[in-house]
Amino acid sequence: MDDLIQEFIAETRETLDALSGEIVAWEIEPNDRARLDAIFRFVHTVKGSCGFLDLPRLARLSHAAEDGLQAVREGTRVPDSHFVDAVLAIVDRIGELTEAIDQGRSLDDSDDENLIRAINGAAPVAAEVVGPANDRGKLPARSVRLGVELLDRMMGGMSDLVLVRNELARRVRDAGAAPEIEAALDRLSTTVAELRDTVTRTRMQRIESLFSALPRMARDTAAELGKAVTLVIEGGDVELDREMIEMIRDPLAHIIRNAIDHGIEPPGERTRLGKRENGRIRVCARQAGNQIEIIVSDDGRGIDTERLVRKLIDQGMLTPGEAARMTDAAKRELIFRPGVSTAAAVTQVSGRGVGMDVVRANVERIGGLVTLDSEAGQGLSVVICVPLTLSIISAISVCVNGQHFAIPRTAIEEIVAADNPLLHRDRIGSANVLRLRERSMPLVGLGDVLGIPAAGGGIIAVVSATEGSYALAADSIGDHEELVIKPAAPLVMSTGLYAGETLPDSGTPMLVLDVSGIARNAGLRFDRAARGDQEMEQIEAAEVDRRSILLFRGTDGIRRGIGLSLVDRIESPGHGAVSIVGGKPHVVLDGRVVPLAGVGDPNCEISVLRLHDGISTVAHAIDQALDIVEIEPTLAPPPERGVGILGIALIDGDPVEILDSYWLFAQQGQAPLADRRCALVADADGWMAGMLRPLIESAGYRVTMVASPDQADGPVVSLGEAPTVGVALRRDASPGGPDDRSVYRYDRDGLFAALEQLSANGGRG
Amino acid sequence: MEELYLITAIAGRAVAMPSERVDSVVDLGSIVPVPAAPRHVCGLAALRSRVVTVIDAAIALGATGQAETGRAVVVTVGGHLYALLVDRLDDVAPFSVAPLPDGVRLDPAWARAARGVIDRDGEAVLVIDPAALIDSAPIVSSVESPRTIAA
Repeated sequence: MDDLIQEFIAETRETLDALSGEIVAWEIEPNDRARLDAIFRFVHTVKGSCGFLDLPRLARLSHAAEDGLQAVREGTRVPDSHFVDAVLAIVDRIGELTEAIDQGRSLDDSDDENLIRAINGAAPVAAEVVGPANDRGKLPARSVRLGVELLDRMMGGMSDLVLVRNELARRVRDAGAAPEIEAALDRLSTTVAELRDTVTRTRMQRIESLFSALPRMARDTAAELGKAVTLVIEGGDVELDREMIEMIRDPLAHIIRNAIDHGIEPPGERTRLGKRENGRIRVCARQAGNQIEIIVSDDGRGIDTERLVRKLIDQGMLTPGEAARMTDAAKRELIFRPGVSTAAAVTQVSGRGVGMDVVRANVERIGGLVTLDSEAGQGLSVVICVPLTLSIISAISVCVNGQHFAIPRTAIEEIVAADNPLLHRDRIGSANVLRLRERSMPLVGLGDVLGIPAAGGGIIAVVSATEGSYALAADSIGDHEELVIKPAAPLVMSTGLYAGETLPDSGTPMLVLDVSGIARNAGLRFDRAARGDQEMEQIEAAEVDRRSILLFRGTDGIRRGIGLSLVDRIESPGHGAVSIVGGKPHVVLDGRVVPLAGVGDPNCEISVLRLHDGISTVAHAIDQALDIVEIEPTLAPPPERGVGILGIALIDGDPVEILDSYWLFAQQGQAPLADRRCALVADADGWMAGMLRPLIESAGYRVTMVASPDQADGPVVSLGEAPTVGVALRRDASPGGPDDRSVYRYDRDGLFAALEQLSANGGRG
Repeated sequence: MEELYLITAIAGRAVAMPSERVDSVVDLGSIVPVPAAPRHVCGLAALRSRVVTVIDAAIALGATGQAETGRAVVVTVGGHLYALLVDRLDDVAPFSVAPLPDGVRLDPAWARAARGVIDRDGEAVLVIDPAALIDSAPIVSSVESPRTIAA
């Protein structure tokens, strides 16, 4: 909550700074619609934030100002100087209150009523002295707000450092320097890598941080409106530039509030319609090609376009003639017009039509898009699409005529060797078509599109553009890297072929391909509707028959494969990330310790495959990812069962071991948390809760505290008494007698062994 | 009023740029080409940790000659860094700028970039706006488009 209030204070302060010019200009020209809208948006945003931050004074003030301004927007009120003064007084008071909250002092609220009365048109009354203000005080900020420019400079310096490190390493290697120098260089490399991760992370944030405030906001908003809403959040670990997150915070909040207010029907109506009583709102983030998509979908009433059009005609914002010429999609788009609302009643929450126009303005300012997908009666999906630029993306480089180009990893469906026997190239008229398994798709030579000579297609990448998939031929495949993408100069972007530029570790600039742009440039035409379900069925049928395999070179230099479906990501954890914990190698990924298989020498520089089965994560060490290939589902049996090899596949004529991921998880994966429960009997000293609980939780148990062993319905651990069930811990190191089955409380291995046994016996020992 | 000007040579001719428009003067390393970009875009180069777009100033001014020195003037336009390849760098000195002499007619490419003349020891040197060299796509097409040559 503190964070949210700090955010709110910083945001309000910034907007006020930005608004000060507008306010002055509006004072001079009160009929200026654009300025009026800007001030209106400000008070509306403040009101919205106050609603869920529980700041009733600010909420009342901003609500009053909003009412007044709305009346002016609707033309039912003339903005005379008296009114302007009243609005300015409230805006000033909002500023004062915000500062007061920040500094944790209280501000006399006796005058608030006067301000509200003034805006409602009444003459100011002499202030009465009332008790002290009851706004809650706040501690000073614990975080620091930095300008993004400073972060950019930090990032720039960091990249310089990496380039220097690389050059130094090259020279040291060439000169054959003494081992001490190499050791120092190694240390430098480790530090630089860690520092780079940290600096990179200062700019990147999991979108989780944006989503975390939503459940509370949704609950409060729904409660206020007497509705019941279930909020489902997915894709919280998509990473996004901090700046982007700030920019979409407000739009997202507006969209969700709108969904609850306008979309979700009241519970009674929902029951009548045969829908679940609880409205459902799904917020989902994902990286799609060169874009990050945030989808907010509800199962409410959708946009009632007819009602929307009628209302606009009533308000004189649309003529019946215009309306008649509009398509359904165009009618839906009307909700983005300023001053439009479909809500029947103005509520505390929304319904003033501000929102969707602000949403679109804010998202478009960062080069994004807002699109709608509505079905009357079935719900509305709002898709916010923001560009990848400024984000760090995982990319694979392809090479044409000696020059490397990056393609975002997410845009690549698969990469196959051009001489793969599964491929068929056809010429249909003037077009090149690639047939890969059951799919036919256009084939585009990257060299042809770019106008540079190509060696003739050594590899083919199947890429998915927004409109459809196609095959892109290049000479060879390069590295897999994490890249910071920046927008290129307009002269470069105007070619329509590039999504941006990047400076990889090699120090040679690289262009990032825009796969959609290349499709357009190559004249490919996709017709989504025409493709229909038939192709989907074909693809699905094909997928049943064949399996995608990621080929990699193991740490022992041997080529192996693993089923692609479980591979979450390929990561380079860097030097020193591998450690031996409890006799088994582990690697730290995203701040979590993950069991690591396939590692030889833990001091080697490795990459890891991150495998995820939906519950637990396991890493497999590799030297390098090589290719993604399709294999026949039938494998030759391995020479030996139970050693982690599923079978032998024939790839490019060579036998390749396919790893048994099932075995891998069985060996390495932690048992699902749900299966491991444990109750601790609280003791008077708090030892169980303070010392033991974190230890057991970190081992993957779900721990509950109980007052006595009888209250537990699973494995139970108690201290000092002789329980009839479960594990008893004793305070003395030596057992009390020959029959004492208790475990010394600092005997970790003994404790876990007893717990394991208990879990295996179904809870009661 | 006198201001500082950077005197360089582009397409064999002396040219002056207001030094306040110039970020730095560098020798570029390797240049990565940008396929399908306008002809005066040589490519991308790394300048410390940033990527600069390299512009062949001679081509932007309608000349055919390619500067091969790797010596470049770095300017910022619209938040992007550009390196303008030039033949050589001569001098930085204060001058006062005068309008073009009456009746002088320049090629469209030069005319678009021209901002006046300065007198350097009796030699008239054209003052150009570096930004005009970057956004010169229409001029290139009006003089000689690479695509029409290829066709």
